[in-house]
Amino acid sequence: MKRTLLLAASLTLAAGSLSAQANPAAAGAGATLIRNATVLTVTKGTLKNTDVLIQNGKIAQVGPNITAPAGATVIDATGKYLMPGIIDPHTHTMSDAINEGSLSVTSMVRIQDVLNPTAVNIYRALAGGVTSINILHGSANTIGGQNATVKLKWGESVDQMMFPGAPPGIKFALGENVTRKNMNQIVIPGQPMTRRYPVSRMGQEEVVRDAFVRARDYKATLDDYKARVAKGEKNLVPPRRDLELEPLVEVLEGKRLVHAHSYRSDEMLMLLNLADEFGFRIQTLQHGLEGYKIASEIAKHGAGLSSFADSWSYKIEAYDAIPYNVAILLRHGVVATLNSDSDERMRRLNIDAAKLVRYGGLTEDEALATITINGAKQLGVADKVGSIEVGKDADLGLWNNHPLSVYAAVDKTFVDGKVYFDRQQDLAMRDQKAKERAELEKAEANQAPAARRGVQPVLPQEER
Amino acid sequence: MMRIRIVAVTALVALAALPARAQLGSFNPPPGPQKTVAITNAHIVPVSGPEIANGTIVISGGKIQAVGSSVAVPSGAEVIDARGLYVYPGMMDAGTSIGLSEIGQGANATVDISEVGSFNPNAMAYYGLNPHSAHIGVTRVVGITHVITRPTGGILSGQAALVNLAGSTAPQMAVNRAIATVIELPRSGFGGRGFGGFAAAQGPSSTQDVNRTRQRQLDSLRTMLRDAEAYGKAMDAYAKDKTLPRPKHDVVLASLVPVVRGQMPVIMVADRVNDIKEAVGFAEENKLRPIIVGGRDAWQITSFLKDHDVPVLITSVMDLPTLEDDPYDVNYGAPGKLAQGGVRFAITSGDAGADARNLPYTAGMAAAFGLSREDALKSVTLWPAQIFGIADRFGTLEPGKVANLVVTDGDLLEAKTSTKYLFIDGRMVPLDTKHTDLNDKFKDRP
Repeated sequence: MKRTLLLAASLTLAAGSLSAQANPAAAGAGATLIRNATVLTVTKGTLKNTDVLIQNGKIAQVGPNITAPAGATVIDATGKYLMPGIIDPHTHTMSDAINEGSLSVTSMVRIQDVLNPTAVNIYRALAGGVTSINILHGSANTIGGQNATVKLKWGESVDQMMFPGAPPGIKFALGENVTRKNMNQIVIPGQPMTRRYPVSRMGQEEVVRDAFVRARDYKATLDDYKARVAKGEKNLVPPRRDLELEPLVEVLEGKRLVHAHSYRSDEMLMLLNLADEFGFRIQTLQHGLEGYKIASEIAKHGAGLSSFADSWSYKIEAYDAIPYNVAILLRHGVVATLNSDSDERMRRLNIDAAKLVRYGGLTEDEALATITINGAKQLGVADKVGSIEVGKDADLGLWNNHPLSVYAAVDKTFVDGKVYFDRQQDLAMRDQKAKERAELEKAEANQAPAARRGVQPVLPQEER
Repeated sequence: MMRIRIVAVTALVALAALPARAQLGSFNPPPGPQKTVAITNAHIVPVSGPEIANGTIVISGGKIQAVGSSVAVPSGAEVIDARGLYVYPGMMDAGTSIGLSEIGQGANATVDISEVGSFNPNAMAYYGLNPHSAHIGVTRVVGITHVITRPTGGILSGQAALVNLAGSTAPQMAVNRAIATVIELPRSGFGGRGFGGFAAAQGPSSTQDVNRTRQRQLDSLRTMLRDAEAYGKAMDAYAKDKTLPRPKHDVVLASLVPVVRGQMPVIMVADRVNDIKEAVGFAEENKLRPIIVGGRDAWQITSFLKDHDVPVLITSVMDLPTLEDDPYDVNYGAPGKLAQGGVRFAITSGDAGADARNLPYTAGMAAAFGLSREDALKSVTLWPAQIFGIADRFGTLEPGKVANLVVTDGDLLEAKTSTKYLFIDGRMVPLDTKHTDLNDKFKDRP
C-alpha cells in the first residue's frame, strides 16, 4: 500500500517537472505573488510595499517589484499586512480525547491517535491566522502522553497534517491538575471516587523521578543489548519492549521534547533540577505562570516558556500570574511564547500579543515573535516556519490591518502556499450554505422507508 | 492562647510592612477637598461629540467642569500636560461580578457570587463586594472606571450594584447599591459537558421533565412577584392610614417592590432566541423592565428587540460559534448587526472579575467585524450608562458629569495602548496593581 502511494507520488512529481520544462507558462502554475503588502517578516523587520512570491509551497522571493511568473495567481495586497502564520504551542484542538486519566504516567499514549481532521475549530483557527499548532494531552497526569505538531491543512487527513520533520514531544504536568485538587466533584462512570497518587507536589517529584529511574535502567538494558549485538554476539534475547519507557528513553537521549505544564515557580524549579540531575532538558514550560519569579534559573537550564497573555486568578496557582511574565522571560534570554490552550482564544492570539506591548513594553517585532518564530523554536521547526524568509514554508496570514490591532481581521491564510482560509470566499459561500441548510431542514425526518411513503410497515403475521 | 496572640502580632507587623500602595482594589482617597485638575494639550474624545484635537478638560469637586479647545486653566489648578495623549471617558463594564469572587476554582471561601436556593431577590452584591479584591486595580488600570456587579445563580439571583472601581469600603465605591435585580429564568436547554473530558454525562432527564420543572419555577416566580405587588400596596395603605393592621415586614418581598412597580430594571440572563423572547414575554406579562444579559443570539431578532425596546448587555463577542455550520465570525459580528438593527446594547465582559480587563479588546474586535469604531467606543461608555439610566452622570466627557476618565497614549480599545492617568470620581488613582508590584519585585531579580 505504502509502496503504491510512493510510486504515485513520484509519478506526479515527474509529470510536474516534465510539463514545467515543456511549457514555461506552467512554471507559474500553483505559484502565488502577493503584491505590495506591508511584510512583517518578524526576523528581518518590516518591509513596506513589498512583494512575496510563493512557489512550490515555499517562500521563493521577498522584495520590491517581483515579476509574476506566467500563470501565477497575483494578489493585490495594497494596504494589507502579511505576517508569518501564527503558531500556537499549546492546544487541544482536534482531540477527541484529552486525558488517559487512569495512571499518572501515561507516556505510551499518543494524541495523534485521537485527532479529528474535520474538527471545525481548525477552520476557525485558520480564520484567526493560525497555521501550526502543538496538540497536547490534558494535564491530568504527571507524564501525560505524546504530542502532535500539526499544520492546519483543513480538509486533509491527519497524516497529511502532521508537520513533516517536527521532532516528537511529550507532555508533562505539575500542580493542581495533576494532584486533582479541583476535581472533587468529578466521578468516572462506574468507578468509585478514589484518590490517585500523587495528591501533593511532593508525590509529583517522586512520580517523575521514579519514571526516569526506570527509564534510565531500561536504557542501560537497551544500550547493553545494542553493544553486545554490535560486538557480534549471537542468539541474544532482545529486551522486552516497554512502551511506557521508550518515549522517556528518547527524552534522556534528547530525541523527544518535553513540554511541561506548570504554574508555580517552585514546581518548575523542581522539574528543572530533576531534569538536570538526569541529564535531559525541558524544552518548554507550558503556561509557567510564575516563570518570572525564576527567570534566571529557567534561562540557565535553557528551557523555553509558553504562557497566557493575561489570564490569572482562575485558580490559586494562577493567582500570581502577571501579564509581564513573557516580557520578563524574554529579557532574561528565554525563548518565550504565548499560547491559547483554547479553541476560542487561539483565534485571537494577535490581540494577546499586542498586550505584551502594553505590559512589559515589547517592540512590535518582539510581540509578534511570541506567536510566530519563538513557537517554531519551541517546536523544533524554526528552520521551516515562523518568519517570512526565502526558503521557508509559505505559511502566511494576510491581514486587512496591522495584526497587533484589535481592528484587524484575516483576509487569507496560506499553509504550504495553499489558501486554506479566504474571507471573501467564506462570505460568498454563506448564502449558498444557508440555502443548503434550508433544503436539508425541509427534508423529511429520518424514519423507516415504508413510513416515509405513507405506507404502514408490513408487520410479520403471527402464524396460526 | 499565648501562641495565638503571637501569631496575631506577627500578622499585624507583616501588614504594617506592606507599602501603602493601591495595588489591591482599595484606594484611600486623601482627606480634604478635591483638587482642581486641568488636563491640557490633550486629544479629547468626549464620545458625546466630535473629537477635540488639542483641548483642555477641567475637573473639580469630583465633576467635569469644562471640556473644549479654548478652556482656560483655573488659577491654582494642578496642570497635567497631556501632549500626545488622549482623554476618554472611563469605560463601564455593565456585565460583571467583580468583587464577588476572587478565585473561582479551589478556593471556595473567596467566592460570594451566589446564594443558596432559587429566590434571593434581597441578596445584594453590594454586601458581598470586596473593595480589596486584586481584580479591581487590574481592571481599572485599563480604563474601566465603573461597573455593574451582579450576583448570579438561582432564579432570582439578587441585586446588582453600580460601583466606582476605587475606594476602601463598599459605601465609598457604590454609586447605586441596588441598580437592578437579576433574574435567571430557567432556560430551555440541557447542561453542557464537563471539564477535562472526565465528566459523566449528566443524567438525561426528558424534555417533558425539563419543561415541567421550568413551568413550576416560572409559576413560583410569578407568585412571588404578585406577592410583592400586594405587599407594596399593603405597605402604602398602612403608611396612609395607621389604623390599618401593620403588614409583617418581609425583607424578601420588600426588595421586589421597586421591581414590580417598574422602578428598578431587571437584568435577565438569556442567550438563545427562544430564551430571550421568553424573558421579554415574561417581563411584559409581569410589567418588569427587562435588560437582557448574555444576548448571544439577539442579533437574529433585532426587530423584536427594537419593537419591545429591550436593551442587551452582550457578553459573547469572543465566544466560539454554537453550531458547527455557523459562520466563524457569527459572534464577532453580532454587535454590528445589533447596531444596524437599532437595538440598544452594550458590550460587557460577562466575567466574574479577573478578566474583565479584556472589555476594550472585546469591543475593538466587534469593530473589526462590522461595528463602527465610534459605536464600539459607545458600547463600553455611553450606551451602558444609557441602558441603566445614568447617562446624565456617566459615559461621556461633558461638564457636570462625574469625573471618571482615562488618559492614554493611544486608542482606548487597542490592546497595546497604555494608561497614563486615571481619574475616578475626580481623584487621580494610582496605576499600580498587584501585577505591577510583582513585576517590580521580580523583573530584575538576578
